[in-house]
Amino acid sequence: MATPINQQTDMTLIQAVTDALRIKLATDDTTLVLGEDVGKNGGVFRATDGLQAEFGEDRVIDTPLSEAGIVGTSVGLAVNGFKPIVEIQFLGFIYPAYEQIMTHVSRIRMRTMGRYSVPMVIRAPYGAGIRAPEIHSDSTESLFTSMPGLKVVCPATPYDAKGLLLAAIDDPDPVLFLESMRSYRAFKEPVPNEAYTIEIGKAHIVSEGADVTLIAWGGMVQVAQKAAAQAEKQGLSCEVLDLRTLYPLDQETIAASVQKTGRVVIIHEAHAMGGLGTDLIALINDTSFLYLRAPIARVTGFDVPVPLFALEDHYIPTPARVLEAITRTVDF
Amino acid sequence: MESQFPIQRIIDDAGQIVDETKRDALTKELALQLFTHMNRIRTFDRKAINLQRQGRLGTYAPFEGQEAAQVGSALALNDTDWIFPTYRDHGATLTFGADMVRTLLYWNGRVEGCVPTDDLHIFPPAVPIATQIPHAVGAAWAEKRKGTTAVSVAYFGDGATSEGDFHEGMNFASVFQAPVILFNQNNGYAISVPIQKQMHSETIAQKALAYGMPSVRIDGNDAFAVYFTMQEAVARARNGQGPTLIEAVTWRFGAHTTADDPSKYRDQERSRDRVDPLTRLEQFMREQGFYDDTEIDAIRARHQMEVEEAVKAMEAFKPPAIDDLFDHTYATLPADVARQKADYLTARGN
Repeated sequence: MATPINQQTDMTLIQAVTDALRIKLATDDTTLVLGEDVGKNGGVFRATDGLQAEFGEDRVIDTPLSEAGIVGTSVGLAVNGFKPIVEIQFLGFIYPAYEQIMTHVSRIRMRTMGRYSVPMVIRAPYGAGIRAPEIHSDSTESLFTSMPGLKVVCPATPYDAKGLLLAAIDDPDPVLFLESMRSYRAFKEPVPNEAYTIEIGKAHIVSEGADVTLIAWGGMVQVAQKAAAQAEKQGLSCEVLDLRTLYPLDQETIAASVQKTGRVVIIHEAHAMGGLGTDLIALINDTSFLYLRAPIARVTGFDVPVPLFALEDHYIPTPARVLEAITRTVDF
Repeated sequence: MESQFPIQRIIDDAGQIVDETKRDALTKELALQLFTHMNRIRTFDRKAINLQRQGRLGTYAPFEGQEAAQVGSALALNDTDWIFPTYRDHGATLTFGADMVRTLLYWNGRVEGCVPTDDLHIFPPAVPIATQIPHAVGAAWAEKRKGTTAVSVAYFGDGATSEGDFHEGMNFASVFQAPVILFNQNNGYAISVPIQKQMHSETIAQKALAYGMPSVRIDGNDAFAVYFTMQEAVARARNGQGPTLIEAVTWRFGAHTTADDPSKYRDQERSRDRVDPLTRLEQFMREQGFYDDTEIDAIRARHQMEVEEAVKAMEAFKPPAIDDLFDHTYATLPADVARQKADYLTARGN
């Protein structure tokens, strides 16, 4: 009997993450899942649910509450033959480990001219919108995109989450894998049961359009899509571009889209100041300045700490704010 | 607490045996081996300071005074073990087998100096404080998982014990019973801040109590005490008995680096009062009749020549390739970095 191929299951983004982890734990003995509460509890979002029962306490490891300790010991594990897949409970909790990532994880390959490398994956849920307490809602991805030696990946859909996570685990370099908490259970889509990868460093045209390019990633892709649908009612055709990888950036796909539409709206939850939007504007300036028909617009979080949740809906970019930016750009 | 963790020693400042249980183990062969490595790294250290003064090396971190701690600890390791040094532990890495020319290259700003000698597990020196401690724990944990008997050692100073990574590393080491030796060289000062201002506890060794980890406080200037203590800790780790914290009480004679002046923050008379760990070993050797002038003179001459030749080789080393600025950050060069490299090389006419 032939093995059934191309079978699919409807999955949420977080189920796709679990599926990717299960595949790797089952097929690669060097992979280890480490983090706080990842074992019996299955992670605070249940991303590792059932994995310890299936693979044992030796492979899915409940660690002490110690972010620098988790990432620091994973450096030692990674240079000595293992592939640590670390869970940090929230991106806002990663700061104690920032030094380890900045001074060691991202630099070991360079410092030893390739003799040692740290092929680890650090998974971190990010973003606002789930009514979480303080410090649980940060979108500080640009702290990491400006860190040479690290790759930063941010899926927007269940399909991408599985393919990109499998690619991140296979990657010979360290990858920060950002998961939009708001997208974890927002919708399901068919995801192939078998293993597959999506190339890191390649953006994805979610929908084609002629008038404006909307650049987004993670949880903001849906916001961009909603704004695009509203703009369409006004007769405007938006191209929605999901970056998928925040470093390295897919310069070619970005430039091609901008050169086609001549107008750009960048949408991110992070603060405007020092957010990835500023780098995207500089990049578009370098590649496509003469194609621009209007200044590049940004819809971002404000330059304030992500607020307590009573005010978070005012902080997070909305389709309405994006639509306003689209209109402003077209009317320029 | 100091009374619970008395400084253990085998020979005293005058080179007299104070731990009779070890008398038979203090052989001429061992003494000579310790002396040889200590003399070798001191010759290196003094030369490096001179080179820095002449502008032939960059800022340099001297370790004079800490030779017994570094040699005694590194000599207790096997080739299959791992060491995670700081910027002041090149005495230990040289003893372990690091290449002397590469060590000089490191201090001359060359990344080649971070690349370990073939087949030896030597991590590049950690410049941030205490961050290498979790690495050593992780590498040791990996060895345990693989079922080997290799161990890992983290070198760190007294100031490092104030950092979170020290405590996080200690905790992981004990929770996962990693075969790691946390080797502290308490040299009294973190740059200019004396130990009394660094911590309120009387010893560093006592910090292991909180982690349920064995620890010992030793005279770090007694090469025998360091060597045998380290041997015991290594044996425990190899036997699956987990981590050990060793506090080796020592003294750096000179500055933190060639960029500071110790007379600004401490009375250098105190340094002159300290008994040099090498002098102490020499006195022991004379006392025991192990000291042979001809033999020792030959060793000294050999090290002078070795260091001079290493300096020549370092200075004759080919200039750094611009490619190396770009090529090692990722396994595959990202497109934007490839463009930066190409543009830079084109602009230079390469």
